Amino acid sequence: MTETKARKSPDIPRQGMPEQDPQERAHNFYEVALGYTEELALLEASRCLQCKKPLCMQGCPVEIDIPIFIGRIREKDFLGAAGMIKQKNSLPSIAGRVCPQETQCEERCVLGKKGQPCAIGRLERFAADYERTTGKVQYPKIPPPIGKRVAVVGSGPAGLTLAGELIKRGVAVSVFEALHELGGVLVYGIPEFRLPKAIVRSEVEYLRTLGVEFKTDHVIGKIATVDDLIGDGFDAVFIGTGAGAPMFLNIPGENLCGVYSANEYLTRNNLMKAYLFPQYDTPIARGRRVAVFGGGNVAMDSARTALRLGAEEVNIIYRRTEAEMPARAEEAHHAKEEGVQFKMLSNPLEFIGNETGWVIGVRCNRMKLGQPDSSGRRRPVPIEGDFFTIEIDTAIVAIGNRSNPLIPQSTPGLALNRHGNIVADLDTGKTSRDNIWAGGDIVTGAATVILAMGAGRKAALDILAHFGVKDAAQPAQA
Amino acid sequence: MYAIVDRKTLCPGIVSLTIKAPEIARKHQPGQFVILRVNEIGERIPLTVADKDPVQGTITIMFQEVGKTTYQLARLSAGGAIQDLVGPLGRATDIENFGTTVSIGGGVGIPLLYPITKALFEAGNNVVTIIGARTRELLILEEEMRAVSKVLKVCTDDGSYGIHGFVTQELQRMIDSKQPIHRVIGVGPVPMMRALCNLTKPYGITTIVSLNPIMVDGTGMCGACRCEIAGETRYACVDGPEFDGHQVNFDLLMKRLAMYKGQELVSLENFKQQGGVTPQQEA
Repeated sequence: MTETKARKSPDIPRQGMPEQDPQERAHNFYEVALGYTEELALLEASRCLQCKKPLCMQGCPVEIDIPIFIGRIREKDFLGAAGMIKQKNSLPSIAGRVCPQETQCEERCVLGKKGQPCAIGRLERFAADYERTTGKVQYPKIPPPIGKRVAVVGSGPAGLTLAGELIKRGVAVSVFEALHELGGVLVYGIPEFRLPKAIVRSEVEYLRTLGVEFKTDHVIGKIATVDDLIGDGFDAVFIGTGAGAPMFLNIPGENLCGVYSANEYLTRNNLMKAYLFPQYDTPIARGRRVAVFGGGNVAMDSARTALRLGAEEVNIIYRRTEAEMPARAEEAHHAKEEGVQFKMLSNPLEFIGNETGWVIGVRCNRMKLGQPDSSGRRRPVPIEGDFFTIEIDTAIVAIGNRSNPLIPQSTPGLALNRHGNIVADLDTGKTSRDNIWAGGDIVTGAATVILAMGAGRKAALDILAHFGVKDAAQPAQA
Repeated sequence: MYAIVDRKTLCPGIVSLTIKAPEIARKHQPGQFVILRVNEIGERIPLTVADKDPVQGTITIMFQEVGKTTYQLARLSAGGAIQDLVGPLGRATDIENFGTTVSIGGGVGIPLLYPITKALFEAGNNVVTIIGARTRELLILEEEMRAVSKVLKVCTDDGSYGIHGFVTQELQRMIDSKQPIHRVIGVGPVPMMRALCNLTKPYGITTIVSLNPIMVDGTGMCGACRCEIAGETRYACVDGPEFDGHQVNFDLLMKRLAMYKGQELVSLENFKQQGGVTPQQEA
């Protein structure tokens, strides 16, 4: 691309992505965002300035060569673009959908200084979907085995990424998953309407084709400990078990029927397909009046799921205001478009139940914003005497997760922090124990899919270096 | 896929399946449970492991037909298979020589009580076992329990066999006769466990019960199985399933167990109407 050609591009506005109509999609579980057409992708790609020193790459946790892949899209080499992304990210169809690009690559995009940044995430999704849906998936050449075996505990984004990196360098990889499906939070947590499960399955199949061995129904810490795995001849173990232990509000009435953790609500719906009950066996409460507590992406996912299950009224109840909500702006926007109501500055005090033990209401205290707290956000302060009760029949608590204790408890000598997270070097994934690496939410606490992928990649590179593989960071050739 | 190698009807409504699961058979300890899923559309349900054979690489589950999944399971046969089997889950029973222990079991609780009682017996305890059923033909595992007990007492609600009355009445007699009791383990329907704990509490007899709430993942990830123990929320799947019975909120457990009653009925009725047959899956 010539400089002059590139300079013109900001005249073209950032291209929106076609979406299902909000009224319609609020009643189905099909994907909300439909993806760019070729024309839209070419238009959007033409906006990229093809910077010599691309700032966008600095915002990417896995350092995708963003201008190069966008350049391939401009040349209509869509498969080439996908291949380029895959050198750094084994799961591009997923990252293109669930990455918070607005605080990463797109936040750094030079175009964003005066106008709208280049829609890098949508282009990533386009390229990855093109490769996947045209069935022209490219497989890298796998080098001969280097004689090393790695066990991966957990098949979420960290574990899958690490597995992909290692298998491409000739390492034998076995992934152990506690659930019956592979993908971790990508299958139990993120709803179908945001990330179709068929995509996760195809990414897993890609890794299986490369030679990764997957074992479902294996709860490490129970059927075998991490030390058992090492004893069985694995040269290294990577722990990527996620932050799977839900936090509750610790208020009276929280164990009433109809009060769910977001984990349970989403797992029933996404993993177990309760939305297809009775075609599928797992039931879920199809509430008419639903309250969701929390302001993150998981709260948005829960609220939007409740709508799709037929709720007449869904309220997001949050202690602060919309400005402080940790959810992506796009998710909050989608939720509102679909009819989710936001009850901000409200703090739940108590759930009220009926004689059968089912929740019928929640009593809240109105709040106001006070001085900033340690997180830099203004602290919510209760307004004395200002209480209200809303009638509900289902409640979903989406205020975060703690680390799951199964592995820490069964792995002696593994250093933990005061939250129970595994202590690991953020650049290498090394833990306090030789031969054990860790990454993703089990280390950082609940974070994003792409940060977990980044951690998986870094740990893979460190494990390769530990095995004496030279130029570990050089991608395998497609 | 997990192959079914044997199937037995223990009594009307209670079935035993022996399933090939070498890794679980190697690791399972008394008190632990498994979660299974019959097929692709199936629900995940927790079931107790009554026995294991690490040499053959099998475990034996025993269950009562109550909902669609157990109804379906009961109609599988040797040569068939189930989709998923995960375990062992939960904490193992504390086994040591306590002195005199009383194992109390009712109905489909007896299969879980059996490996616990066996371990207590092997640890040198003076094991007294009291098992009961509504009526004679519903009593299971009598001979197995006898083999791991110093004394076995059998009760039936209708007096058709053994002692006429509830297991708790027999325990009351034992307490009244001033026999020392160091620990009671009770497994059975919630009303039985509640009655048992109400009985032993005034005497300060340590009473351990195994709880059976609804579960999904079984690894502490979802919180479906939360119970109230001494006023604190605990997860039966990872903190239990055994708890100090005197601290359990049984009322909450009962209510949470009934949470999906309506849908469970729909599932079962639909299945029966469609012929009640699960296509046989090969292992």
